[in-house]
Parts: sequence; structure tokens; C-alpha cells
Amino acid sequence: MSFDNAYEALIDQEDAHWAFGTGFSAPLEGVDREVPTSVDAKDLVAYCLMLGDDSLILSQRLAAWCSRAPELEEDIALANIALDLLGQARLLLTRAGEVEGEGRDEDALAYLRDEREFRNVHLAEIDCGPGPGGDFATTIVRLLVFSSWKVAQFSRLRGSADPVLAAVAAKGLKELAYHRDHAAQWAVRLGDGTEESHRRMVAAVDRVWPFVDELFHANAVESRLAGVAVDPSELRSEVDGVLDAVFEAAGLTRPGPIPTAFVAGQAGRDGVHTEAMGFLVAEMQHLHRSLPGAVW
Amino acid sequence: MTTARQIAEQVRDPELPVLTLADLGVLRDVSESDGRVLVTITPTYSGCPAIDEMGADLRRALTAAGYAEVEVRTSLHPAWTTDWISDDGRRKLTEHGIAPPSRVGPKVAGPVPLNLTPPSQRVPCPLCGSPRTTELSRFGSTACKALRRCEDCAEPFEHIKEI
Repeated sequence: MSFDNAYEALIDQEDAHWAFGTGFSAPLEGVDREVPTSVDAKDLVAYCLMLGDDSLILSQRLAAWCSRAPELEEDIALANIALDLLGQARLLLTRAGEVEGEGRDEDALAYLRDEREFRNVHLAEIDCGPGPGGDFATTIVRLLVFSSWKVAQFSRLRGSADPVLAAVAAKGLKELAYHRDHAAQWAVRLGDGTEESHRRMVAAVDRVWPFVDELFHANAVESRLAGVAVDPSELRSEVDGVLDAVFEAAGLTRPGPIPTAFVAGQAGRDGVHTEAMGFLVAEMQHLHRSLPGAVW
Repeated sequence: MTTARQIAEQVRDPELPVLTLADLGVLRDVSESDGRVLVTITPTYSGCPAIDEMGADLRRALTAAGYAEVEVRTSLHPAWTTDWISDDGRRKLTEHGIAPPSRVGPKVAGPVPLNLTPPSQRVPCPLCGSPRTTELSRFGSTACKALRRCEDCAEPFEHIKEI
């Protein structure tokens, strides 16, 4: 390509130059897309939103680290993990929109819902940095807990009665296991590192722990969707086992459960979020809401 | 006579142009009926940003070859594995300085084991052949690659990570 100005070269291309399209043309082929009989479609939509929002919101948090991580390789690592999670979120939100049947696609669900309509767990949304409210150690502890929980959840979801969820889980599981190993290796490096890195890991565990218990509470939707959804209360012993192995190698102590701070019995799965969520949603949606229909 | 399959098999990967989509195992199926072509591809990773580009490249190549109606579908199941990269693809990767993945084999049932220390994998240097190489970064320039360095020729190189 010949050009005087690098920016001109970027726009002097046919549209196909951009690999980062918005919207899948046919994302869910190769699997049976019928809603299984005996499943309430409304519940299935809600469940797909729960899983999709977990991935979408953590992806948004991790992307904020790109160019702010302690080393260049880690900028790339966290951005790559964010990209995997975003890919999972796109599939899950697309499935939610398809089952709902009201014409909402992944973009409408990501950009045009208000804070109270998001169904992610609090662990995904809390601000673990960069910047005030967290640091790299906190981000690693959050990622370790989140991906250990997701690995346990997705490995069971592979057997879901919904073929789309089963396929998304089988694919995503390999990615999540790689994320978990990455976080675990950092946890050991920092926990078993210098006095300062150990001190920060201990503080990070304290910061993250109040949001762990929520991961194992079954929401009414999950309870009604037996056979399709994974019962979160079944995951605790597997996750504890993984965390114990990491914490032991890292010289850290796993705190006991801290009861979830429910508001009138509700938490993230019900759309009740922490203070940090509104700021995150505003930043994530700002461009799309200011310039409706904007595409790359 | 050139078939639609043969044309689709020549289309290259946008991010690893030394490989065709067939070498990479991303091209799953090509079927033809009444001049209409249906191509099925599968993404390497859930968030692979190149998947739309792959579809566009396939449509372009087949349209240029005279197929008026081309449909490209993305299939999620079964999930892509590096075991689908062909022997020819592995050879081409090595020739271009990228270490191919080792074979993963069939999955074992049960919980996914945790790797607390980086697995002591033997990834030979694609440039000098030395077995003494170390991992520099678990994530590379694309979702499917990690970064390593050879202890003998001191060159860094990319490695397609096994999934």
C-alpha cells in the first residue's frame, strides 16, 4: 500500500480490511438452536444473560489494564484474556437475543441495557485497578477466583440440555483453564515473592473475598433450569480444592466464607449491583449511546 | 475442473498467511449444489477477531471463481483443536519460524488439571532446531500463540499453543 499518511492508509481500504466487525453473520451454526422442550424460554434468556454478563463485564475490567500492566507481556496477556471473554459474551448474548425473539442482538444487549438489567455477579464488576480501588495483585486474585469458578461451571455446562450452551462451554472451557493457570502462576510468583508482593497479595485476598460467596448461591432461575443450568452450590468444593492448591504454593491463607451482602435478598444475578457498576456501564456504553449505530 | 472445495482450500489465514484455512483446520466443510456453495468454518478461539475476515476472504475467492451464491457459516461444535492443524501446515509453520503445537490427543474426562508451574514442554527452536528453549510470555501477538526464546541461537520465536 502506498500512502503519505498512515491514518489515510487505514481508511483507504475496503470495509473487509477491518477484522473487528460488529455482529455475527451466522454465529450459532452447527448446533441445534431449538429451545429444548420443557424449558421456559424466559428463564433461558435470563440464564444466558447471567453467563454472558459475567464474561462481558470482566472483559471490560481487564481491557482497562492494557498499557497499564507491570510489563509489556502482561498488557498482552490481560488483553488476550479479555478478548476470549468477550468472544464468549458475544455468543451468549446472541443466544439470549435469539431465544428472546424480540430482535435484540448482542450489541443491543451490551450497549442498550441499563445497570439494573445486567445479571453478572459482583466479583466481575468490582474495580480491582488499574488506579485507585485495586492494583495488579487484586486483579490477579479476582481473575484466579473467577476463572477457577468458571472452569468448574463450564465443565458441567458441557452437558447442558441446551445444545448452544453446551457448545459454548466446550469451547470456552479450554480458554478459561488457560486463564486460570496464568492467574495461578502469578499468584504463586507474587505470594511467594518479596515481602512487598506478599503483603499486597494478602491485601488483595481481603479485598476480593467478600465477593466470593455469591458465586455459589443458586438464583431462582438457575434452580428452575435443572438440566440446562449448572447449580452453583455444587461448585464450591471443586473451586475450594483448586484455590487451596494455589494458596498453599503461594504461602497464602484462604479465608473462610464471608456472607454475601444481599440487598433485600438480592445481588448481581437479580440486577442489584455495587457502586462500581454504574461507572463501568457508563464508560462501556458511552460511545454507542452517543453515536447510535456506530460501527468500525 | 476446479471444484469449490479446491478454491476454498487455497484461501489463506489472514493472521498466519503461511497457512491456508484448510492447513489450520478451520475449514470444516465445503458443499456445492446447483451452483450454490455452502462453506462451514470454525473459530480457533471464541473471541478470534479474524473469523469475519476469513468469511469475507472465502466469499471473495469463490465469487471470483464464478460462484454466484456463496454462504459461509460459522460452526461452534465440535470446538477447534490444534490437533486439526495438518502435517503440511506444521511443516510450513516451522519453515516460517513459528513452532507448531505438539499433539494434544483425545481429552480425558473429569476436572481440568491445574498447572501451577509452566509445563516443562519441549518445544524445539524452529530456527536452529535446538531443544533448549524457554517460554517468555504465555500470550503472543494473536490469541493462538505464545512467545518463546531459544537458549542456543538466542532468537525469540512464536509457538502455537496447544488447545
